Amino acid sequence: MRPIATTRSTAGLPTGLLAVWWVVVSEIVIFGGLLASYIMHRLAHDAWTAEAAHTNTWIGAFNTFVLLTSSLTAVLAHQAAEQGNGRKAARLLWMTVGGAVTFVTVKAIEWTTEIQAGYTLTSSTFWSFYYTAAGLHALHVIAGAIIMIFVATAAAKNRELHRVELIGIYWHFVDVVWIFLFPLLYIAK
Amino acid sequence: MSDEHAHHTNYVKIWAILLVLLVISVLGPMLEIRVVTLITAFGIACVKAYMVVKNFMHLNLAPRFVTYIVVTSLIFMLLFFAGTAPDVMQHEGSGWEKPAWKQAAADHAAGVTGGHGEHH
Repeated sequence: MRPIATTRSTAGLPTGLLAVWWVVVSEIVIFGGLLASYIMHRLAHDAWTAEAAHTNTWIGAFNTFVLLTSSLTAVLAHQAAEQGNGRKAARLLWMTVGGAVTFVTVKAIEWTTEIQAGYTLTSSTFWSFYYTAAGLHALHVIAGAIIMIFVATAAAKNRELHRVELIGIYWHFVDVVWIFLFPLLYIAK
Repeated sequence: MSDEHAHHTNYVKIWAILLVLLVISVLGPMLEIRVVTLITAFGIACVKAYMVVKNFMHLNLAPRFVTYIVVTSLIFMLLFFAGTAPDVMQHEGSGWEKPAWKQAAADHAAGVTGGHGEHH
């Protein structure tokens, strides 16, 4: 393994990389607790099947496609950064930001439709879980996109290229969370 | 990420496989067979997550202890589930009950939908 980062190194990998993995591990506990709670409630309530039937599988599937594609551009940006091509890495990161914007826009349209139909945060425990889990995930998408803008701006000038990998790992984790949210909220009906 | 790994990994191919798995996870549950739904929705979700973690996050290229801390966090999640599920998933126990949950279960069994405002 030949990391890009040449700054301080602890535990055999660059400090920034170690920090991002700790962030990911912390996030696993946060989302894991939320999803575990959802699963145990879902298994205990057959009635939730009827409530889950109101979520739109096709919108969920489209957003899964968007996030998987944005993960591709993120890892290609990392590859470009490894090759020292900051401009290409920046371009790919901007495409990833585009994926984030698309995801949040679709999510906003979806929520608007559901709220107008009467399914709100306080409608029932199912919808409370739905908006909390998807909302927390959407906040992570927005945060990742904002960070990515800063990383892309620096990368375009061939500066701080190691950060491309760091934001990429975070972004892939956000993708992984959605990979589990999708069947739980949209398919299990 | 090593140069060799970067050279050999075809990210577009992995992305294409992920999309095929996505299609299967959407179409499988349409058969409305419980086992097929579990496999195509949740089984494939696990496969997709593994592919992303391995090929995009390059967990396999990180020092071994990174895998250990990731697995530890997953174990914490399982401990949380195992410790709380026995109470949360029951509608009643020794000296306690959840009237709202029991009512909701009875309503569901009787075919009462409850509308948007139900709390259970």
